[in-house]
Amino acid sequence: LSISETFVGLEIHAQISSNSKLFSGSQVQFAAPPNSLVSFFDASLPGTLPVLNRRCVEAAVMTGLALNCSINKKSLFDRKHYFYADLPAGYQITQQRVPIAVNGSLSYSLCIDSKMSQMVTKTVRIKQIQLEQDSGKSLHDDTRSQTLVDLNRAGVGLMEVVMEPDMCCGEEAAAAVRELQLILQTLGSSQAVMAEGQLRVDANVSVHHPGEPYGVRTEVKNINSIRFLAKAIDYEIQRQIEELENGGTILNETRAFDSKLGCTVPMRDKEGKQDYRFMPEPNLPPLILYDAKSLPANMNHQQVINIDWIHERLPDLPSVKRKKLVEQYGILPEHSFTLLNEEGLAEFFESVVKQTQMKPKKVIGWILKDLLSYLKQHSLTVKESPVSSFVLADLLNLLEKKEISSTAAKQVLAELWKGEGKTPLEIVKEQKLELLQDQKELEQICQAVIDGHKNEVMAIKAGNPKVLNKLIGLVQKKTQGRSNPVLVKQLLEKKLSG
Amino acid sequence: MLRASLRQVSAALKEGRVAPTELCQRCLALIKSTKFLNAYITVAEETAMKQAEESEERYKKGQPLGILDGIPIAVKDNFNTAGIETTCASNMLKGYISPYNATVVQKLLDQGAVLLGKTNLDEFAMGSGSTDGVFGPVRNPWSYSKQYKEKSGPKSHPEDEESNWVITGGSSGGSAAAVASFTCFAALGSDTGGSTRNPAAHCGVVGLKPTYGLISRHGLIPLVNSMDVPGILTRCVDDAAVLLGSLAGHDPKDSTTIQDDFMPFELHNLADVSKLSIGIPKEYHAPGLSSEMLALWSKAADLFKNAGAKVVEVSLPHTPYSIVCYHVLCTAEVASNMARFDGLEYGHRSDMKDSTESLYAATRREGFNDVVRGRILSGNYFLLKQNYEKYFVKAQKVRRLIANDFVKVFRSGVDILLTPTTLRDAAPYTEFIQEDNRTRSAQDDILTQAANMAGLPAISVPTALSERGLPVGLQFIGRSFQEKQLLTVAKWFEKQVQFPLIQLEEVKRHDSDVFQYQKSASFS
Repeated sequence: LSISETFVGLEIHAQISSNSKLFSGSQVQFAAPPNSLVSFFDASLPGTLPVLNRRCVEAAVMTGLALNCSINKKSLFDRKHYFYADLPAGYQITQQRVPIAVNGSLSYSLCIDSKMSQMVTKTVRIKQIQLEQDSGKSLHDDTRSQTLVDLNRAGVGLMEVVMEPDMCCGEEAAAAVRELQLILQTLGSSQAVMAEGQLRVDANVSVHHPGEPYGVRTEVKNINSIRFLAKAIDYEIQRQIEELENGGTILNETRAFDSKLGCTVPMRDKEGKQDYRFMPEPNLPPLILYDAKSLPANMNHQQVINIDWIHERLPDLPSVKRKKLVEQYGILPEHSFTLLNEEGLAEFFESVVKQTQMKPKKVIGWILKDLLSYLKQHSLTVKESPVSSFVLADLLNLLEKKEISSTAAKQVLAELWKGEGKTPLEIVKEQKLELLQDQKELEQICQAVIDGHKNEVMAIKAGNPKVLNKLIGLVQKKTQGRSNPVLVKQLLEKKLSG
Repeated sequence: MLRASLRQVSAALKEGRVAPTELCQRCLALIKSTKFLNAYITVAEETAMKQAEESEERYKKGQPLGILDGIPIAVKDNFNTAGIETTCASNMLKGYISPYNATVVQKLLDQGAVLLGKTNLDEFAMGSGSTDGVFGPVRNPWSYSKQYKEKSGPKSHPEDEESNWVITGGSSGGSAAAVASFTCFAALGSDTGGSTRNPAAHCGVVGLKPTYGLISRHGLIPLVNSMDVPGILTRCVDDAAVLLGSLAGHDPKDSTTIQDDFMPFELHNLADVSKLSIGIPKEYHAPGLSSEMLALWSKAADLFKNAGAKVVEVSLPHTPYSIVCYHVLCTAEVASNMARFDGLEYGHRSDMKDSTESLYAATRREGFNDVVRGRILSGNYFLLKQNYEKYFVKAQKVRRLIANDFVKVFRSGVDILLTPTTLRDAAPYTEFIQEDNRTRSAQDDILTQAANMAGLPAISVPTALSERGLPVGLQFIGRSFQEKQLLTVAKWFEKQVQFPLIQLEEVKRHDSDVFQYQKSASFS
C-alpha cells in the first residue's frame, strides 16, 4: 500500500428540535400519518409567505456558540432552485451567501487502542452552519409506476453543519459525528437520532500523494448510522487508492453507500452538473441578531435575539462535563468518555455514588464493566435497566461493609438482573452468601486446609508465594465462597510464617 | 346611486335610505347587463347576497362594523379568496379553490364589505392591457360611453362598436372596468410595474399604489415579490383613503410589512398649496408620449403654479434604464415564483404519466400562456450561475441607483412629483394586439414602473377626456409612507379638474332615481 494522504470532510444535516417548522406553524413530529402536518405554506399554495421561527434561530445560535463559531449578526436567506416531487415550491430556502455562523471548531477524542486505555484529542474545523428547509419524502413505487409524496417533513428546520476535510479516516469521522451528536443533544437544539432521520451525514472523500496536487473528491450519501459512516468512508478511501494505483481516475461524482454490500456505488440521479440558480429570498428581510453591546434600548425583546443572553445560558458541553466528572470523582478520562457516551449512564453513576460509601473509583468499575456490559448484551438502554441505581448502591454498600465478598456480589447482581424485585439483602440471605464473621471458625478451616496440603505448603515455604492462591481458593471452596479472601490470605500467611 | 362615491353610499346605508341587499342586487344586475365588458371572471352571487343580508341585520340593530359595512367591492383574481375560485386568468389555476383568504380580503370581509366577485386580468398579472388572460380581454367601459361614441363620429355603427372598443390597460383591467362601470364601489388590484395605475388612468378612475411594506401581500399570488403591492381602485381620492385606512398595517404573516402602527387618516381639503413643492421629472417626457398628454401635463403644472405652489423641473437620470432593469429582475422572480406550479399539489395536472419530469413539463406547457413561459425562460437565463453577476446583480445595483434618484429629489425639497400615468389614451384593442405583450409592457410601463423599483407610493387621478373622448390620468409620486400628503395633494387636484362622469346607457337603466345626485357627485 503506497502512502496516501486522505481527506475526509462532512456535510451534516441536523433537524432542529422545535414545535413547528422553520417558516410555518405546522407541527414537527416523527412518524405521523402522511400529509397530516402540512400547512398551506409547506404545500406551496400560491400567495403564502415564509415567517421565520424564532426557536430555530436560537437553536442555530446555540449550536454555533457551542462549536466556537462566529455568529454573523446579519445573515441572509436564499432560494436554491431544482425540480423534485418532494420540493413543492420548486426551490429550497437556505443560506447560501451569508450563513448564520462561520469559522468554528469541534474537538473530539479517539481511543489509541482497542482497550480504551489511551485517548487522543483531535480537532476539526467547522466551516459554517446554515439554516435551511428540509424537503418532503418521496417513495418510489416501481411496480405501480408511481411516486408517493409525503410532505410532513417539508419545511422542517435544518442546521447544515459543514466540517472541513481535516479528518483522515472513518474512525475520525465517526468520532467527530458522535461528539457533535452529544453536543446537539446536550443543547437540545436537535435530538440528532440518526435512525429517525434527525441527523444525516454526507461524506466528502479525496486522496492524494503528498507533494502532488489534491485529488478529486467524491461525495458519499445514504449513510444511516455512525457505524456505516466509518465503513463507507474507509471503503471509499480504499476504492480511490486502488483506482489510482491501477492508473484510473477519480470522478467528481456522488456515490451511495450500499450497507448490504458494504461498498459505494455511483448514484443514478445526479446526471450532469446542477445549476441551482440561487437568488435572494425576497420575502425574508436579512436576519439581524444582537449582542449586549448592539441591542437598542427600546427594542421589544420578543422581537430580537441577543447572542450574549443565549451564551450565558448554554449548558455544560460534553467536554466540560467529562472534565468535571474526572475532577470530582477521580475517575479516568476514558471512563468519563464512556459515561457520557451512553445516554443516562453518567446520571446513573452519580446517583449510585451519592447513595453508597464505596469510593467512586471503585463504583466506576461496577458501572462500566458489570452494568454496561449487561445492558449491551441485552440491547437495553440505561433507562430500561432492571437494576436501578438505588438497588445497585444497596448491593455495593453490602460489599463495602464487608458483609459479602466481591464474588458473592457478582452472584447477587446476576440474580438482580432477573428483575424479580428482590432486594440484594434478600438474595444474600436466600443464597447464603454472607461472609463468615466467626474468626475462629475461619482459622480452623484455614488450619485444616494447611494440614491437608503439605506439598503446597512446602512449595510456598520454598519461595513460591503464588501457590498461596490455591490454598485461598480451597478455603473459599470449603466456605462456599463465604470467606473474605483478604482475611483468608492474612490468616494463612500468619500460620505459614510461624 | 350606483354612481355615488363609497362614502356617500355608506352614509345612505347608515341612514337607511338604501338597504345592503338592494344595493347588492343592483350591482349584481348591472354586472349581468355589462357582461360584454368581461370585467369579471367569477361572480359570487350567493355569497355576496348572504354577506349583504348579514350586513342588513347589523344595520337594523344599529351595529354596523364600520364605513365599509355592506359596500359591494370586487377583487382582482390573483388574490386568494376562500371558497371562491382564484384563477389568475390562467389555465394553470382554472377551477382552483383556495382554502384561505388573502389578508386584505379578510380585512374587507371583517369590516362587512360584500365581495361581488373576482375580476379579470392579464394571465398572472403579466401585461399592460388585460388582454392576455385565458378568459379573454377586458373591454374598457368608456368604449360604450356617450363621450367616446360621439367622438368616433356619426359613422359609428354597431359593427364598428365591436371593432372599435378600447382596452382597459392592465394588468388590473377587470378591477378598473368594474369600478368605472359602477358595478362596485371599490376594487382591489395589484401593482408591480403600474398594473393598478395604468388601467385606472385608461378607465377614468383613481388608482393608488401604496408604499411597499404598508399593505400585506399575504394571499396575493406574487409576480415580483420585491415590487408587488395590493392596489386600490376607487371613484375618488377620498374613497381610496378610506380603503387604505382599512387595509394598511403590519401583518405577521408577511415579513415584508413594516412593524410600525398605521394611523388611518381623514383627508382634509387643502386650502393653501403655496407651501407645496411639485417636481416635474424631465425624463418622464418619454419617447411615445402623445402631444395631448404632454399638453395636459403642462396644464396641470400650471394649475399648481397659479395656485401658488412651487413647481420645479427635476431630474431622475436613471429613468431610461428602469425598463431593462425591471425586465431582468421581474423575469428572474417570475421564474422562481412559477416553479411551484408542477401540478402535484393543486392546479392543472397534465395526463402525461411517463415520468415526473415529463409530467412537470407537460403541465407547465399546458398551464401557462406564452407570456408566462417567455418570462420564465428569460428569468432562468438571468439566474444561471454564469449570468447571475452580469444580469441579476447588475440590475439590483441599477435599481439602487433608480431609488436613489428619488431620494435625492425628495431631499432637495420637493414634496410630490407630477408625471403622466400613460403615454396616451387607451388604444383600440385591434391596434393594441398588433405588438406582443413584451413590447407593449416595455412601452407602457415606462412612466409607472420606477415607483415600484423604489417602493414609493403613487396615485393616478383622472384628469380630463382626450380628443377621442377617453379618460387620461396624471400621476403623483410621493415619499415613502407619506400617503397622507400624497392623497391630500391628489384630492386637491381632483377637485380642480372636475373629471366628468361616464355616461353609460346600461347604468342609467339600472340606477333608479331613488338617490339624486349632481353631475360631479363623485367629488365632495
